[in-house]
Amino acid sequence: MDFDDSPDEATFRSRLREWVAANNPGLPASSTSDAYWAGQAAWHRALFDHGFFGLSWPVGIGGHGLPSVYEVIVDEELAAAGAPPRPSLGYLVQGLLVHADDDVQRRFLPGLVSGRDRWCQGFSEPDAGSDLASLRTRAEREGDEYVITGHKVWTSYSDDADWCLVLARTDPDVPKHKGLSAFAMSMRQPGVTRRPLRMINGITKEFGEVIFDGARVPAADMIGAPGDGWALAMTVVSHEREPGELGYVARYTKLVNQLTETVRNAPERYGPEPRRDLAWAIVEAEMLRLHVCRRLSERLEGIAHGPAGSVDKLLMTEVEQAVGHAALTVGGAGHGETDDTWLKVYLYSRAQSVMGGTSQIQRNLVARRILGLPA
Amino acid sequence: MDVRLSAEQEALRDSAAKLVADLGPTSVADLDDRDRVAKLDAAVAGAGWRELRTATDAGGPWASAVDVALVAEELGRGLADTAFLGPSLAAELRRLSGLEASAVPEAVAFAPDLGHPAAIVDRALAVDCAHGDGALAVDCAGCASALVLVPVPEGHGVAEVPVGEALDGVDLTRATATVAGAAVPLGNVTGDDLTRFRAFGLALTCADLVGTMRGAVDLATGYAAARHQYGVPVGSFQAVQHLLADALVAMEGSRSVTLYAAWGVDALAPDDALTAAAVAKAYCARAARTVGETAIQVHGGIGNTWDCLAHVFLRRSLLSCDLFGGVGPSLERVLAARGIGEADGLR
Repeated sequence: MDFDDSPDEATFRSRLREWVAANNPGLPASSTSDAYWAGQAAWHRALFDHGFFGLSWPVGIGGHGLPSVYEVIVDEELAAAGAPPRPSLGYLVQGLLVHADDDVQRRFLPGLVSGRDRWCQGFSEPDAGSDLASLRTRAEREGDEYVITGHKVWTSYSDDADWCLVLARTDPDVPKHKGLSAFAMSMRQPGVTRRPLRMINGITKEFGEVIFDGARVPAADMIGAPGDGWALAMTVVSHEREPGELGYVARYTKLVNQLTETVRNAPERYGPEPRRDLAWAIVEAEMLRLHVCRRLSERLEGIAHGPAGSVDKLLMTEVEQAVGHAALTVGGAGHGETDDTWLKVYLYSRAQSVMGGTSQIQRNLVARRILGLPA
Repeated sequence: MDVRLSAEQEALRDSAAKLVADLGPTSVADLDDRDRVAKLDAAVAGAGWRELRTATDAGGPWASAVDVALVAEELGRGLADTAFLGPSLAAELRRLSGLEASAVPEAVAFAPDLGHPAAIVDRALAVDCAHGDGALAVDCAGCASALVLVPVPEGHGVAEVPVGEALDGVDLTRATATVAGAAVPLGNVTGDDLTRFRAFGLALTCADLVGTMRGAVDLATGYAAARHQYGVPVGSFQAVQHLLADALVAMEGSRSVTLYAAWGVDALAPDDALTAAAVAKAYCARAARTVGETAIQVHGGIGNTWDCLAHVFLRRSLLSCDLFGGVGPSLERVLAARGIGEADGLR
């Protein structure tokens, strides 16, 4: 039982610290400005090129094959330096690692991990949110290809993506969970139309919707076998619920550090309410850091993914929204001010209890699969 | 970094869990079973768990604070109605003060709000606590004496006072008593060691809270599965499921902060250990009250009766919340550690 770095971990930490100090691109907070997304691809490639990305992933796809606990070190150091968090795409990587055959892994994972290729995840649809298995996007076989027709929405990064992990119905005649298949599909083709969605805090580069109208994907780019789509989707969303996979500890800690600095620099301006909200944000962010330490340590013995991911998602949401509340009471609602960054942080925080499965769904899963309560 | 428990730690935890499963109370009526309480007390004494923080020849403790926290969590989970926290705190304070271990069971006395160890102003009248009317010995079943602090020019002295009259405290599982009589000076404790002592105390109360939360969630979950209304178990209703899911999540977050706080007692610099413990205490104290309330709510009308164990969990957590300071003082300390405001010192 030791929270301290091993000698190897300490060496890695100091190397990373030195590099970040000289290479922090100083992007705005990810949730507050389109300028973040403009610089994020370069940040991804910089982290990768210097050996600070994909630490726990296999060497063959561009990872480093290190224990998962190295990811905590990255998050801690990025946050301490005020640098942007690492790109959140571990859930896509894990989905492909678990479900794709060697050929598909070899062709797609290195580009995803290195940041050479940008990806988005085409799961949700206008009529298939929480009830994902009811999705209606069709994939119909034509020779060596599938033709994709449908409408995806709430798709993060769809505007910039080169590739999309599409979940589509290949068999309409079997029960809804069983007729789904997954594909690695190019976004750069005539049958794909993208539209940005403006989020409630005004940013437009994160969220989008995509119309597939006769988009084509080679049959060889199916992930797994026909009908395996639901299993892949469950793998992906279970990892999407894990703060250790997402690198969000760095995001929250950075915001908390900035809020702390704001209050410390002018304490006379902040009364009991913002101070208390800030204190809770500090406590919550620290809780998540420690919780991730615990979860990633458990992975040292290869603990399988189970419903505990829903616990982690709910904790992560609690943190994001506590930080959001501190942003609101410390930063204010920005009445008539030109800089409404903290308002944007607050408004963005409302998405965390929806994305990757709503908090209501997570509570259902915790109640039934962990507590064993009857359906 | 590897924060998994060692095999020895898992064995210690399992033996604590087994002991309390065998001898702890399983109903409110059990709390009056003197024969059972005596057996539990003898078993805990025999296991040596109250002496885990006494000094080895080298001066360090026999066991890590994580080890003690593991035992505390299991005893909290099982509502163990025998002294553990009190004697463990006394052993730690004696060790940090360079004193010999006590040969007889001993507790620590606290200010009336339990937020600080009692600081006795007038040695001859030990009831004169520095901020309040009387000091209280906490978790002092079977203890004839309690340690108090005595302000001295160079910091704090440690003294011993006799335990007086037992009081009806909020917690039905751990004894509280007045202290009475003259304080007998034993030695001195440095400021750093006192800081470490407070970190240890906070971490142990957090571990007890994690345990009470686990116990309360288990109790309420079992009831929700068994209790039928409208012809189905009430635990099949989403509203009830979500209450219990939130309680479980709060417990898991509490467990993560507590693990670090307990580790920090032995591994971090004193001020950092205290900050880590304050983070943990703020989180656990808020969580424990909500979880205790949830356990009562899920039990419905029965949960509001004396004979339901749900309130015994809530009551136990209320004592652990206040001991060494609850949500408010802990949040102040968290801010002070970041240069905002000032945390309360030892008064």
